[in-house]
Amino acid sequence: MGAFPARGQPMPQSKRRNMLRKGAGGRSTHDVGGLEFGPIDRHEHDLALWEKRTDAMLRLLVGPEKRAFTVDGMRRVIEDYGQQQYDRTTYYEKWIRAVRNLAVEQGLLTREEVEARMDEVRARWVKAGRKTSKEKIPW
Amino acid sequence: MVRTRTKSAAAKGGAPRFAPGDKVRVADRPAFGHCRTPWYLRGKRGEIASIHGTYRDPERLAYHQPGLPAQVLYKVRFAQREIWGRYDGPQTDQLDADIYDYWLEPLR
Repeated sequence: MGAFPARGQPMPQSKRRNMLRKGAGGRSTHDVGGLEFGPIDRHEHDLALWEKRTDAMLRLLVGPEKRAFTVDGMRRVIEDYGQQQYDRTTYYEKWIRAVRNLAVEQGLLTREEVEARMDEVRARWVKAGRKTSKEKIPW
Repeated sequence: MVRTRTKSAAAKGGAPRFAPGDKVRVADRPAFGHCRTPWYLRGKRGEIASIHGTYRDPERLAYHQPGLPAQVLYKVRFAQREIWGRYDGPQTDQLDADIYDYWLEPLR
């Protein structure tokens, strides 16, 4: 009974929410400058071959000859992933997913083509006795 | 044959609104989508250290748009104590950040 105004009274104003959340102009997932975010990992590590390939692919796609997409587009895709994925992926995991997503976004490849090729590779690895992951990488 | 390329008016971009030494404030407004002005600098006061030049707008490039007209990019210098409120380091410490023209407001 108390929720509705009496007849003839104006509707109550909803409380203005001041806290901006992500997607509403608030602090973006990647924008962590100034937050308590744990110590910097200063451990140097060699890049795996797939990481070097990711780097090379990116340079070729973004470079002046192909100009397939921009570093800005890459960053935007990575930023849009959402906090859960952002926090649990490594640097090159982020980049390779962004390359994949942008390639599909721009019609260079279709999602079906990518997934079919991944299935092919996975089947080949299984046949060769190599360890594969059952994890589905989110788009 | 030597090929020369003249920049279109859009690629050249507009004139800078600020000059080195100008006092500025980073706008304190929401960003929607890709943004290169970090959260920790929003609303902070600084000074123009130098002008980098004009570049296509990254907030548009991120969405397959050409990002024209080109935007002026400045190196803006801040006092660390201004940014963090409680800053325990040397009070003369500074931070330089690259900020686009349309994220800056003049400070009298």
